[in-house]
Amino acid sequence: MRIELVKRAEQSRVMSYLSPVIAVVLTVVFAGIVFSLQGHNPLSGIWYFFLEPVTSLWGIEQLATKATPLIIIALGLAVCYLSNNWNIGAEGQLTMGAICGSILPVMAPDFVNPIVLPLMLLMAMMGGALYALIPAKLKTTFGTNEILTSLMLVYCANLFLDWMVRGPWRSPQGFNFPITVDFHEWAVLNAVDIGGLYLNLSAPIALLLVVLLAVVMRKTLMGFEIKVLGQSPRAGSFAGFSSRKMTTFAFALSGALAGLAGMMVVMSEIQKLQPVISPGYGFTAIIVAFLGRLNPIGILIAGLVIASSYLGGEAIQTSLQMSSKVATVIQGVLLFFVLACDTLILYRVRFVSGSRESANA
Amino acid sequence: MLEAFILTVITAATPLMLAALGELVVERSGVLNLGVEGMMVMGAVAGFAVTISTGSPWLGVLAGAAAGLLTSLLFAVVTLTLVANQVASGLALTMFGLGLSGLIGESFVGQPGIKLQPANIPGLTDLPVVGRILFGQDALVYLSFVMIVVVSLFLFRSRAGLILRAVGDNHSSAHALGYSVIKVRYLAVMFGGAMAGLGGAYLSVAYTPLWVENMTAGRGWIALALVVFASWTPLRIFFGAYLFGAVTVLQFHAQALGIGFPSQFLSMLPYVATVVVLVAISGNRRATLFNTPACLGQSFVPDR
Amino acid sequence: MSSASADTGQLAERGPAGDGQPLIEARHIVKRFGSNTANDDVSIAIMPGEIHALLGENGAGKSTLVKILYGSLQPNAGELIWKGQAVEIASPAEARELGIGMVFQHFSLFEALTVTENIALALPNCKATPELAATIARVSQNYGLPLDPAAHIVDLSVGERQRVEIVRCLLQNPSLIIMDEPTSVLTPQEADQLFVTLRRLASEGCAILYISHRLEEVRVLCHRATIMRRARVVAEADPTVETVGTLAQLMVGTEIEHVERKRGTRRGPEAILISNLSLESQEAFGISLKNINLSVRIGEIVAVAGVAGNGQKELFDALSGETLCPREDMLIFDGEAVGMLEINDRRLGGAAFVPEERLGHGAVPALKLSENVVLTRHGTGEGITRRGFTRFGLAGEVVEAVTTLFDVRKGVDDPEARSLSGGNLQKFVVGREVQRHPRILIVAQPTWGVDAGAAAVIRQSLINLARKGAAIIVISQDLDEIFEIADRIAVISRGQLSPAEDADTLTPEKIGLLMAGGAEKKGAAA
Repeated sequence: MRIELVKRAEQSRVMSYLSPVIAVVLTVVFAGIVFSLQGHNPLSGIWYFFLEPVTSLWGIEQLATKATPLIIIALGLAVCYLSNNWNIGAEGQLTMGAICGSILPVMAPDFVNPIVLPLMLLMAMMGGALYALIPAKLKTTFGTNEILTSLMLVYCANLFLDWMVRGPWRSPQGFNFPITVDFHEWAVLNAVDIGGLYLNLSAPIALLLVVLLAVVMRKTLMGFEIKVLGQSPRAGSFAGFSSRKMTTFAFALSGALAGLAGMMVVMSEIQKLQPVISPGYGFTAIIVAFLGRLNPIGILIAGLVIASSYLGGEAIQTSLQMSSKVATVIQGVLLFFVLACDTLILYRVRFVSGSRESANA
Repeated sequence: MLEAFILTVITAATPLMLAALGELVVERSGVLNLGVEGMMVMGAVAGFAVTISTGSPWLGVLAGAAAGLLTSLLFAVVTLTLVANQVASGLALTMFGLGLSGLIGESFVGQPGIKLQPANIPGLTDLPVVGRILFGQDALVYLSFVMIVVVSLFLFRSRAGLILRAVGDNHSSAHALGYSVIKVRYLAVMFGGAMAGLGGAYLSVAYTPLWVENMTAGRGWIALALVVFASWTPLRIFFGAYLFGAVTVLQFHAQALGIGFPSQFLSMLPYVATVVVLVAISGNRRATLFNTPACLGQSFVPDR
Repeated sequence: MSSASADTGQLAERGPAGDGQPLIEARHIVKRFGSNTANDDVSIAIMPGEIHALLGENGAGKSTLVKILYGSLQPNAGELIWKGQAVEIASPAEARELGIGMVFQHFSLFEALTVTENIALALPNCKATPELAATIARVSQNYGLPLDPAAHIVDLSVGERQRVEIVRCLLQNPSLIIMDEPTSVLTPQEADQLFVTLRRLASEGCAILYISHRLEEVRVLCHRATIMRRARVVAEADPTVETVGTLAQLMVGTEIEHVERKRGTRRGPEAILISNLSLESQEAFGISLKNINLSVRIGEIVAVAGVAGNGQKELFDALSGETLCPREDMLIFDGEAVGMLEINDRRLGGAAFVPEERLGHGAVPALKLSENVVLTRHGTGEGITRRGFTRFGLAGEVVEAVTTLFDVRKGVDDPEARSLSGGNLQKFVVGREVQRHPRILIVAQPTWGVDAGAAAVIRQSLINLARKGAAIIVISQDLDEIFEIADRIAVISRGQLSPAEDADTLTPEKIGLLMAGGAEKKGAAA
């Protein structure tokens, strides 16, 4: 037996909707196998991992909290990947954004004013964007591989944050813990009661961004430009589009969104800076972007799916005493399945019996 | 002092050299596997687990290579058979490896390991200055040097190496001449996986006989950068790996000496150095043009 | 059909044909790709020492048949007989073992490797040793195809690359050499040199299967011809007896539509003026343009002839604005200096461009036709984009108009570009620009790899556009095409352009001399 791919004349519309579903189903099956290998009933494992977390209002709040940063970052990454710019350093841009955005509440804690909140978000976006522009600039001027540079800068950003909270920004009242001062009332995002559901500002911002990007991608010349330059830079330059400008734009946008997401995580969940502010949102968002097939609406759904796997990891830890690392493995496997299933969109898969293989060998 | 410095540089450079040599062969065949970090960390955890459960660091090293190879197969199936995007698949492999190794290694955290013993040749190893450096290393260090020679000879002196380079340069032509592009690439990816696994096992069996989650700490990514740095030639991998090894060690020594400089900035050195080196290399494009595999990262689907 | 046994003196001199056991025979070959049948009950027999032409339009199934003979494809039905024995040729390696060699149309060479390494790859269990290098040097000298074994392919000219392919074949001591469109990349003089080599090989008993659609050279070179049309063999013919006209008719099935043209007698004002255009190449193996001068008036078509890789790509990019000129007055469109304007500003001024590469340059393969209309017409002031928003509906109307005007055949209303056949996509890509009625059109290889029907439509549309009031530059390697449509012809060679001369005063031989570097010598003398 051997797998043979036959190219389709056109992309399959059916498969482009079906393939993520197939991938999710395969992942659930895989998860079931993992649970039973660890000596648990696979069905109860699947229940606790995938479904139980969203059966309560509290669970849905948690889901929104985890999903929003993933969605916001993934939207920016989607623009990068669609335009063939491989920014995998969102985690570092998130960190740098959060640091820049925290300048006001940390360095001017007495400046308590409603304007601080939008200023913080703005500064976080600028910080993330500027940090993302380093690999972009290196790519456009020297042709340096942006995958490696953007990733290396993640380590640098995290070390920089570590130094900030242990050094210059350490709170005098923090009992020598590596933390900054607590943010004041206008520097935090508080949850608001929406019909029994407590959500903060970040959820509507994420939704707004999803809609905005969906319109841009589908209706505007900008969205067209992103697609064309990603698929065929030569045709893009024939259309009068510039790959260099696109690289700068895509990195700046994704950096800004990562910074924004990082700031909102800090402002809502931690309300100060500490050595670790993100459980790897910047990396997980890569999975979200691909699982959502780089489509804004898809990313919205994918963000919720992946966020639920975080909660699922916690759920199986408490209910089944399993390691929460299972969640990371399942996320990785999910991405593999998504990538593999995408093949179905462009190709028909045929299984060929072994006889011809031996003739070809 | 200098002896101690060189000895630590060797231990820092060896895992980089092993993993980078493997990836070099992979990229020469036209495949970009960004999952080196994932394969390395799988090698590290498998190496550690087998070492302490069998008591034999040798079996641990073998298990590390096997784990790296198996992990790489996942990548091979997805990118070669199912022609998925190599960049995204490599990232997936890294995440998968980091997750799975964390899961497997959970029960090993904090346990003491068993160190792969360095060679001890009476007389030679006791020589002043050079004795320990030349004749007192563990087997993987020697292996890493042997592999430089082996990979060089393979790529530039053997017919199989010629075919591998041909596949990386122009897969359509190689197919037209009747070579199986997919088969060559499968073998290359598996070799790369085994070498990355070895590099990982070196960390958990020889370097620091311990298991720590994410213990590769970006070395897989530095190995990837080394391949570019070396412009796809094995000998330059040696220089690159030792340069980076030296930078890493320098950072520790500087911290130990209490140089008035925040430790975090010293820890950034290897990463910053990688960026600087990548920029320096990309400035010199014409020189690397001949060695850069033209089909790097492109999927191949034959007409049928 | 007339058989090859007519015993003319000329034929006798050409060597064997007809009697005896065929070297290779394909019987009733069927090959399907999905729903598409590429070979439908195809049979062919080739004699030892014979130069056998395989004729047919693009898409007639020649390449498929040849790939089956060479083992790169497996037939769905039918059998192959080699020297009287039924054989299965499962791979190119097996074909080479039998004694079948192939020179590919798109060379199967490895640019980063040396000549010796390239040749070693095609020989069984062979390494790139100094002995092999010596053999290559000797054999290539012997056959008048001199080669430096240590050179890297990337540094070789197209003609030299073909030599590598041929020498690679020869070292396998083949009894049959398959050549796929070998002269399409050569100057007329290089082609003549090739024919000498091929005749010598045939006289030594080697059979040659010669695939071409250039009927004139088939008449001069080949002993016998098999003609394919729509996946079937439709005729066997003696090319020495047939005329170009009758052969063409066999290939196409009906009388080819003749492109109608009156020489552009009424010429309007000068619309394109290239003056002293020099441009350093930015790419590692690119060609720099040197001091190019050309003027084109409204109403005329000026062709830029030349062998591939002599600066055509660079010239096109400079004219379109994908590469900007160093000074704005190096290029003047309609009296306006546009040398430093971006491509869309040039379009807005009434210019249009059709690049050589259809997929990946002129069109994005995975985008729909309507989106590909947006690609080149979003900035032309037609309202396809407004305030940043794109109106795909309007683009769809353009697709419809182009479809009707150029008879673009497509399965669905708005398919992806990559799903169209080469000819239909080319009609779309040319039609997309012509339908705008540009005053200036720069087009590269307008009918490359396109069937005769589509080629006729495209060429006629270019002539009509010019006569209705446009200035056109056609960059082409196809001399037949150039003589069919051009009013004046200039030749590009190593980045230099010869002065444009009246097409009526030029012959293919004269152009051939210019292609081989005449412009440079003339430039040096001046």
